[in-house]
Amino acid sequence: MYRIRFHGRGGQGIKTASRILGSALFAEGYEVQDAPRYGAERRGAPIFAYVRADRAPVYERGIIDHPDLVVVTDESLVQVPAAAVMTGLCDRSVLVIASAAEPELWQQRLGVTCRVLTLPPGPGEGAALMGAASVGAAAKLIGQISAANLEGAIRAELEGLPSDVIERNVGRALESFDSFESHAGCVSEGEALTRASATPPAWVELEVEPTSISAPAIRGEATSEQVQTGLWRTMRPVIDDSLCNHCSWICSTLCPDAAIDVGSDREPIIDYEHCKGCLLCVAVCPSHAIVVEPERAVDEHRSDP
Amino acid sequence: MSRRLITGNAAAAWGARLARADYIPAFPITPQTEIIETLGNWIDHGEMPARMVMLESEHSMMTAAGAAAATGVRVFSATSSQGLLHAMEMLYAVAGWRAPLVLVNVSRGLASPITLESDHNDVMAARDSGFLQLHCASCQEVLDATLIAYRIAEDPRVRLPMMVNLDGFYLSFTREPVSIPELDEVRSFLPDFDPGSIRFRAGRPISQAVAVLGGGPYSYFRYESHLAANAAADVHREVVMDFERIFGRRYDAIETYQCEDAEIVFLMIGSFSTKARAAVDALRDAGEPVGLVRPRLLRPYPAEDLRRALAGKRAVAVIDQNLSPGHGGTLHCELAAALYGSDGAPPVLASFVGGLGGRDITAAEFFEIAKVTKKAADEGVTPEPRLLFQESELREVRKLQAIAHHERGLTGAEHVE
Repeated sequence: MYRIRFHGRGGQGIKTASRILGSALFAEGYEVQDAPRYGAERRGAPIFAYVRADRAPVYERGIIDHPDLVVVTDESLVQVPAAAVMTGLCDRSVLVIASAAEPELWQQRLGVTCRVLTLPPGPGEGAALMGAASVGAAAKLIGQISAANLEGAIRAELEGLPSDVIERNVGRALESFDSFESHAGCVSEGEALTRASATPPAWVELEVEPTSISAPAIRGEATSEQVQTGLWRTMRPVIDDSLCNHCSWICSTLCPDAAIDVGSDREPIIDYEHCKGCLLCVAVCPSHAIVVEPERAVDEHRSDP
Repeated sequence: MSRRLITGNAAAAWGARLARADYIPAFPITPQTEIIETLGNWIDHGEMPARMVMLESEHSMMTAAGAAAATGVRVFSATSSQGLLHAMEMLYAVAGWRAPLVLVNVSRGLASPITLESDHNDVMAARDSGFLQLHCASCQEVLDATLIAYRIAEDPRVRLPMMVNLDGFYLSFTREPVSIPELDEVRSFLPDFDPGSIRFRAGRPISQAVAVLGGGPYSYFRYESHLAANAAADVHREVVMDFERIFGRRYDAIETYQCEDAEIVFLMIGSFSTKARAAVDALRDAGEPVGLVRPRLLRPYPAEDLRRALAGKRAVAVIDQNLSPGHGGTLHCELAAALYGSDGAPPVLASFVGGLGGRDITAAEFFEIAKVTKKAADEGVTPEPRLLFQESELREVRKLQAIAHHERGLTGAEHVE
């Protein structure tokens, strides 16, 4: 059975990559199971996804402890303990990291004995195509997937998206597929599950403990203030002072996150550290005094010298 | 028929579509939302002639589902976890109406603390509601069980709502190969709903389940529901034979794997049972006579099938992905009740609680469960119930507690002793 793990961040197309690889293996006649696994459903949060493929029905489920192939689309994840990128790597595993650095450097840094390959991002390439690049690499390294079936799986998975997006992804995946030609088929199928190879679990007996530590209370107060939910925003509401009539209550009352305060002159003040960018205020403002700006434009404007 | 990779959620939606559900009251909740999204998309694109209505809560959703079913249309809905609990009052009410409908529950652990990941406490909370229950272990089974559920629920000998359960993440978001049957084949298995006497009309109002005082009529109606639920066991047998004849897939009330010559048997429900099956293969390779029993039908409880499958076994390891605080695992308790005093009942029923809140159960743990249970059988001593929880997990909790302790100090919150 092939056991493959993808690690990345929300928004990089990790779930999509795992589904494309799963579909391509299915098209090659494998029985397949693929699934994403994530906690917070938002951009930037670490997620992983896994694919199992075998000629016989797959009965294993859940987290892959002993991967044959691990693909990491964001090198910053390697240092994040919670991402558990390195879990279960052994000599015969293959590790692919999206990085401009040399594979040997990663091998030294990580102190691993398994084969390490890097997937350098294309010139000026953002995170958006890393999913496509990594699935192209994975398909070639497994060595059981034809370019045609890879392309078919991508087109099926991205159906409904604008055609230029689909073409860019197909192009990037096939380019990556070809670039790993010299490593074709270096990923081998892992062994079937055996009792002999399993380490017995270190179960513990839990004792009853005082509720001061055994009840799930983290903080007594101020938690919502300390969480910078403003980082979630992709669009921001901006108040146009020339149009705001200082009614003072509509936007501030209807803001679901209480992120609009009212100043001494009854002027609304947006708390950008906590505004999630739902833009409800834009919809309800009777004088249309709140406009929408993309966060990226704001950042670029700010970083202008 | 086409065979393709789809998620458990998509399989549930296909079940509703192929069953030609007429009315779908809905309310979104993770990890169930994809079911409603998929159905909504089909309805929008004219691929499914159903009416979908978004309600303001699961309580209203279940009320609408029951009311619609009482007019004689085919009703489908889906929920999960807190949503199922919010609908709980109406689950009991609707079952008492004897309104047949199918509700898919995507299992997710209950607050508090809150989680998005799977365990069975939500569906177990509904076990006394009068809803019948089918539990799935694969995406294929989710689609098939949805069709089977309509046949049983609508059978005039039963006329009870039915719940189909699949595990959040492990099935809901997991793609597996699923054979999607042709509509004509499904029609021959599940004809259009014949509501018989169920035909509430606004122009001819009737009262659904009026107050009955004094206890006598109440006892009668409740016990009739119980007898109908019991009768569903025979109906299930007929229906799954029919299903196998048409589709070639067999769904007995309990799945048994490598059970005939087994001395030690794992007993569990849901998708983790396929992990147990993989562990059984590995244990068999190592020469251990271990088997697996997985109830699909949990209401009505397949007591007779379980007594037969487990007679003469040396020990059973019951693995509960639920916890009744102050008691333990629910499946363990129900199995003990079913086996007590029966001929050939296994002398040892060991209780393991694990897989709570999406926590994995590893192959190594299945091997250890088999070992502990075999030792118990050899010594004739039933072990204490065991939570599947490892040192490394406790270390993680200790770290979190240290952070919480520190943060409490910073914010000056009082300790609750």
